[in-house]
Amino acid sequence: MPVARTATAGADSTSLAILVRLRNNGVYVALALLVLFNLFFTTNFATAGTILGLLSQATFVLLVALGLTLVIGTGGIDLSVGAIMAIASAVIPLYLGYTWPVAVLVALIFCVLAGMLNGFLVAYVGMQPIVATLALFVGGRGFAQVLVNGQLQTISDPGFLALWRATVFGVPMPVVIAAVVAVLVGLLVGRTTFGRYVLAVGGNRTASYLSGHPVRIVLVAVYAISGLLAGLAGTLATARLAAGDPATIGLLIELDAIAAVVIGGTPLSGGRMNVGGTVAGAILMLVISATFVMNNINPIYAQMLKAAIIVLAVYIQQGRRES
Amino acid sequence: MATATGTTVERDTLRRERIFGAIQRRGALAVLIAIVVVAGLTLGLFLTPRNIEDILLHASFIGLISVGMTFVIITGGIDLSVGSLVALGGVLAGFSAVAAWPLGLLVPTLACGVYGFVNGLLIAKAKLPAFIVTLAGLLGIRGLALVLSGTVTIPILGPPAFVWFGRGEIFGLDVPIVIMFLAFAIGAVVLNRTRYGEAVFAVGGSEEAARLAGVQVDRVKIVAYTTSGALAGFAGALVAAWLSAGQPTVGQAWELYAIASVVLGGTLLTGGAGTMLGSLVGVLLFYTIQNVINQVGTLTSYTQQLVTGIFLIVVVAAQTYLTRQRTY
Repeated sequence: MPVARTATAGADSTSLAILVRLRNNGVYVALALLVLFNLFFTTNFATAGTILGLLSQATFVLLVALGLTLVIGTGGIDLSVGAIMAIASAVIPLYLGYTWPVAVLVALIFCVLAGMLNGFLVAYVGMQPIVATLALFVGGRGFAQVLVNGQLQTISDPGFLALWRATVFGVPMPVVIAAVVAVLVGLLVGRTTFGRYVLAVGGNRTASYLSGHPVRIVLVAVYAISGLLAGLAGTLATARLAAGDPATIGLLIELDAIAAVVIGGTPLSGGRMNVGGTVAGAILMLVISATFVMNNINPIYAQMLKAAIIVLAVYIQQGRRES
Repeated sequence: MATATGTTVERDTLRRERIFGAIQRRGALAVLIAIVVVAGLTLGLFLTPRNIEDILLHASFIGLISVGMTFVIITGGIDLSVGSLVALGGVLAGFSAVAAWPLGLLVPTLACGVYGFVNGLLIAKAKLPAFIVTLAGLLGIRGLALVLSGTVTIPILGPPAFVWFGRGEIFGLDVPIVIMFLAFAIGAVVLNRTRYGEAVFAVGGSEEAARLAGVQVDRVKIVAYTTSGALAGFAGALVAAWLSAGQPTVGQAWELYAIASVVLGGTLLTGGAGTMLGSLVGVLLFYTIQNVINQVGTLTSYTQQLVTGIFLIVVVAAQTYLTRQRTY
């Protein structure tokens, strides 16, 4: 009798283990299923051109979401990433006269400063992240448009446009850049003291401070990184459009990016980060839209499906927290 | 000696706390009065009845949303779905107003109220984070509004009784303005004079304590989100009546402006503290600044965004600084 009971318990724990693993990797499963579906049912999906094109499209949300993963890991949020993309887009044309690397560098510096402002308000002034970054959400795009006087600035510099158009061994440049950044962020989170600090701050800010961690510096750095990556996304978006257009670049991207992070398994409460999940989440968001578009279904339905997936993902994650 | 010094210090601290508390609660009001006085003295057209009414009319729609948002934020939550609910409300009004004018108001209010109820259920019963649940609403409901309308604007040519709610006048005041003031008045009474209002503060202060004290926490939250949704739908119907059209694209980022207004008014995002009057002042402040920038004339609409953003930082930073507890 006791043996039988143990056997049942064993079977239970095996199925439980499978269930838990499924929960932890839900985003990969969902992505794999959706890609499989497309391979079989969507015409022209299974071509290198389509897939590389999709990955290129995903780089904006992906870059922004990688920065947000760190911010959300500290228990914060950054609503200003779209506005920061607009700032990058406005600054680049202004400095293209000094060769394009200078222009990109200046734009990224602007974006890092914007991120540091967020971090300063959160870490030193003690504002809540949602309000601190809401201010830049409102004002940042205005600032970007003031810089260029509300005009769209077309860009023809071939070196700059190559940021979007060039390929490395057949892989589009934006995909290469995003992949490198994803690996770097993954290493930063998994292999460095800084990554540990981010988790500690997100887990319990006071305990982290009492352990002697440089809490405020970590917070400023995290928001600065978020600004930097948003700036990079803005740079790529500008190169794609061949124009600086602060009115539209990055509009509402913060919502997709937050959703990608959350679906990827990084909880909004902080103290946990899942960089691989974020990558999969960002790609998943795009593949959902692409699936609808390529099958001639109104993409608005994709938006509604995304909404349902977000709630479902968080619901499943919550089960994980309790178990 | 020691005690005497002690009491002096204590009294000083008390006085400082009282002053800071007053600034936190009434800071937005003080700034609003200052701006009105300065603008009234320097800009010829600012204090004309036409201009004041213009400010109030533009503030009225987000004002309505802010009433619901104030309840939600005081419970310690947030509602990001209201901007999209305004669009959905407008589209529904476009469909239903043709049948009979009361339906044009009722259908959007009820439908969006039901959605707010679902938000509340997911947040209170399933214990999902409010930010995520309502973010999903923001995306999904906008999609629903676009699908229902076929992404085109639905013209509302009648009935006149429905259009009156957007364009008519009561005692010389535009109807939406009167409705906004009514909503704030009712909201203030509910928040300060009823047991429900007391429960809202209790839940926001400490959910656990409220539960132990016998407050039905889940119900309080669900009612707050339902109210927020219903008011957003109602605001959508008014916007549709005002524009004579149900536009599926209207209301973008309104949730953020409503949150900003509520925060400007001194309601803390951490929950447990806030006033309805503060939110009214916050909304008026938001639109008065925009109006002043318009009046100055040399400033463009994007400068207006920039100034609003800077302003938000300054006011909230001051509030945070004055009221903060020791954090690291």
